[in-house]
Amino acid sequence: MNLNSRRHPVARKIVSVCVAASAVWCASASQAADQPVVGLITKTDTNPFFVKMKQGAEAAAAKDGAKLLTAAGKFDGDNASQVTAIENMMTAGAKAILITPSDTKAIVPSIRKARAAGVMVIALDTPTDPQDATDALFATDNFKAGVLIGKYAKAAMNGKPAKIATLDLAPGVSVGVLRHNGFLEGFGVKEGDPSIVCSQDTRGDQAKGQTAMENCLQKSPDINVVYTINEPAAAGAYRALKAAGKDKSVMIVSIDGGCEGVRNVKAGAIAATSQQYPLKMAALGVTAGVEYAKTGKKVSGYQDTGVTLITDKPMSGVDSKDTKFGLDNCWGNK
Amino acid sequence: MSTPSAPAGHSRPFAERLPSLAEIGPLIALLLACGFFISQSNRFLSFQNLSLILQQTMVVAVIAIGQTLIVLTGGIDLSCGMVMAFGSIIMTKFAVTLGVPPVLAILCGIAASTLFGALNGVLITRIKLPAFIVTLGTLNIAFALTQIYSNAESVSNLPDAIMFLGNTFKLGPAEVTYGTVLTLLMYLATWFVLRDTVPGRHLYALGNNPEAARLMGLSSQKILLTVYSLAGAIYGIAALLSVSRTGVGDPQAGQTENLDSITAVVLGGTSLFGGRGSIAGTLLGALIVGVFRNGLTLIGVSSVYQVLITGMLVILAVAADKLSHRRG
Amino acid sequence: MSTPTSASTAMPVLQARGLVKRYGNVTALDGCDFEVLPGEILAVIGDNGAGKSSLIKALSGATVPDEGEILLDGKPVRFRSPLDARAQGIETVYQELAVAPAMSIAENLFLARELVKPGWRGSIFKMIDKRRMLEEATAHMKGLQIGIRSMRQAVETLSGGQRQGVAVARSAAFARHVVILDEPTAALGVKEGNMVLELIRRVRERGLPVILISHNMPHVFEVADRIHIQRLGRRAALVNTKDIHMSEAVAIMTGAKEADVKAIA
Repeated sequence: MNLNSRRHPVARKIVSVCVAASAVWCASASQAADQPVVGLITKTDTNPFFVKMKQGAEAAAAKDGAKLLTAAGKFDGDNASQVTAIENMMTAGAKAILITPSDTKAIVPSIRKARAAGVMVIALDTPTDPQDATDALFATDNFKAGVLIGKYAKAAMNGKPAKIATLDLAPGVSVGVLRHNGFLEGFGVKEGDPSIVCSQDTRGDQAKGQTAMENCLQKSPDINVVYTINEPAAAGAYRALKAAGKDKSVMIVSIDGGCEGVRNVKAGAIAATSQQYPLKMAALGVTAGVEYAKTGKKVSGYQDTGVTLITDKPMSGVDSKDTKFGLDNCWGNK
Repeated sequence: MSTPSAPAGHSRPFAERLPSLAEIGPLIALLLACGFFISQSNRFLSFQNLSLILQQTMVVAVIAIGQTLIVLTGGIDLSCGMVMAFGSIIMTKFAVTLGVPPVLAILCGIAASTLFGALNGVLITRIKLPAFIVTLGTLNIAFALTQIYSNAESVSNLPDAIMFLGNTFKLGPAEVTYGTVLTLLMYLATWFVLRDTVPGRHLYALGNNPEAARLMGLSSQKILLTVYSLAGAIYGIAALLSVSRTGVGDPQAGQTENLDSITAVVLGGTSLFGGRGSIAGTLLGALIVGVFRNGLTLIGVSSVYQVLITGMLVILAVAADKLSHRRG
Repeated sequence: MSTPTSASTAMPVLQARGLVKRYGNVTALDGCDFEVLPGEILAVIGDNGAGKSSLIKALSGATVPDEGEILLDGKPVRFRSPLDARAQGIETVYQELAVAPAMSIAENLFLARELVKPGWRGSIFKMIDKRRMLEEATAHMKGLQIGIRSMRQAVETLSGGQRQGVAVARSAAFARHVVILDEPTAALGVKEGNMVLELIRRVRERGLPVILISHNMPHVFEVADRIHIQRLGRRAALVNTKDIHMSEAVAIMTGAKEADVKAIA
């Protein structure tokens, strides 16, 4: 057929559209064939910690040329959504899945199934139970995070007798237990030591932190060191101390290194906080996933994504960085 | 029945005047708890400590007012805590990020909570869905909207005016917050309306026998829509109290208040079937939980026992309610 | 005891002509007539499916008939709802009694019609005048010789017969033209059933005609002045109780026997 434009204008247009379309289709197909797919499953997608993780993953995926699928549970402890997400991502062709497990035991069967199908699974932030159910773990050493602030508090007390209050998370949750025990180890006291005058749960919530601090102060007005599970709890504790006129005389230490928390360190409400790096966890995870998709090389074991003590009042014997560093590296709204 | 009736006097036999077990139970439980903690710790019975307990319970106590009204009609509100959190984010974000004058920002927050309450009311009365299901849905919607609008971060650096309910004045040796006074006033007002006014009695009638209310011409649609919307407004006031207490707009707030408010209502002797109960009981119920939380901390008992004891008390309260109303 | 006025001289208080009501393919009322005279107790009997409840629903405003007319004191009326009928002076006591068990007798008597305090306390705050409600409730119950001591008692503490008494007293207190009772003795024992019958007589003595729906034949024959027998969506007979035997009434009700022309009073 002679596709001379003067004789068959419509036909020519149709053919050129087809050619263009098939070119695009071929290009995307080939890109899909090349592009590694990595999945990220977080506990929720509202906690700024996980929001930061997702941002880190997205940036790394763009840099490494990977396609990122994301999913999250509806609430902390929502195992069912994470199970579904693993299945969906496998169907969508994910070669690696990064997950912060909501239920560290219940997710294991799904993870084993994925690994048996050739998917590499890396736990972020929270280990599964058992830890080796995943190929690797990229996480903060929560125990070490506690040790750092415990050492700092001890040094800051400078020999004065301590009356310690611990504002914890909730019974049995591993993050809370690790940080609490780390703090005690760093401070140099054992569980049950008489210097620990009050321990109450706060669920990491600011209002409950305030209530717990108020009641602890009622019990022992001479508390001078307060360990808090995270920075919202610390903010609540600070408010209670301020209302009691003790904000200058009592030291609060915390963990997380979110931007709001670091601002509180800068403002003097929190003496020191251990900063952790969700963005780094996710970025390392995506890079490892892309590597596996391209070369088949897996990562294994535990990789400590680091924790840094942030304070504007450094103590000798304890490495720390100042709040400027903290603000440059924090997660959340800067 | 053909015997002549007794003279129409207004003095009634002593036995009839005694409150029932359901009414007096919460008060006895509270007094027993206080007595126990007084004996175990010499720091419990001080004006300061008691004032602290009031401040610690006032947010739940105010939310529980709205919950009581709803439960009296035979409904339930699972979304109350989240609606409160939404209201607190609206008022604080408007004041801080949008620069809205504090009074207007507060009104916007309360309006936002009221709208959620009205949404509950409309779904329950027009689409005729059960309250449990509807409020389960709005619970999630309110939570999501709160997280989205706040970007899951607290709002701080609030103007002082927004936190005015946290200001205190001296009452004897103790500092009392205006928020505590507001809470008590709201309870008094609710008590008056429920006991002495026509709308209050209609509420009880609707909860006690919805069919009778309908046959006698009470509009259940109008009553329920009013109750759920009013509850929303009350949650908005609770949001203001929460902001005054914590000094921030916290999007993670209110998650336990959903069930805590129902606990206070149940501990107070109000029946979850509707039509029976008193607002005074709810206040007592909220105080019981607060007293246990404070008292157990004072004697150094781990937090998990607070939860255990609360659970046991709830079962006791429901059992007592069932036993004392086993007639007809 | 007042004798019922004969049909030829008195105007019926409540009257219906040619009522038709259809539900889909089912015709519940097929040109049904009805009348009740001043100062009488009229029993409405009929087998299941005869259209008894459809008739009562039309008369009490619960449904609107498709055809036919209803006359109250000789004037045509349209009831758009039970509230409408009540507003025009027709009170109905339903089988479920429509009482709130946890609330007091006085509150139930004035349910949805509470008395408010005078002045701004009543108009703005809608405060209930409890004292006046107690006094009036006591007076109503006393007037009907119902022997309950305290109007503060919760209705659920009463026996079945006493509760029925409360419901009947409520309707008698507010009715201006007619009281309709739907199976008032159905759930009661012998003694309490008789108490309620006595109560019904006292309502009549106060000048209110009573329409009594019942399937309890002995009770019907004991207390009713006339009997409206409903069958197949129409009034099969309207007889003086004195002029008919129970067995005959049952026969007409079930269709075993056609009513004689002379039996239609």
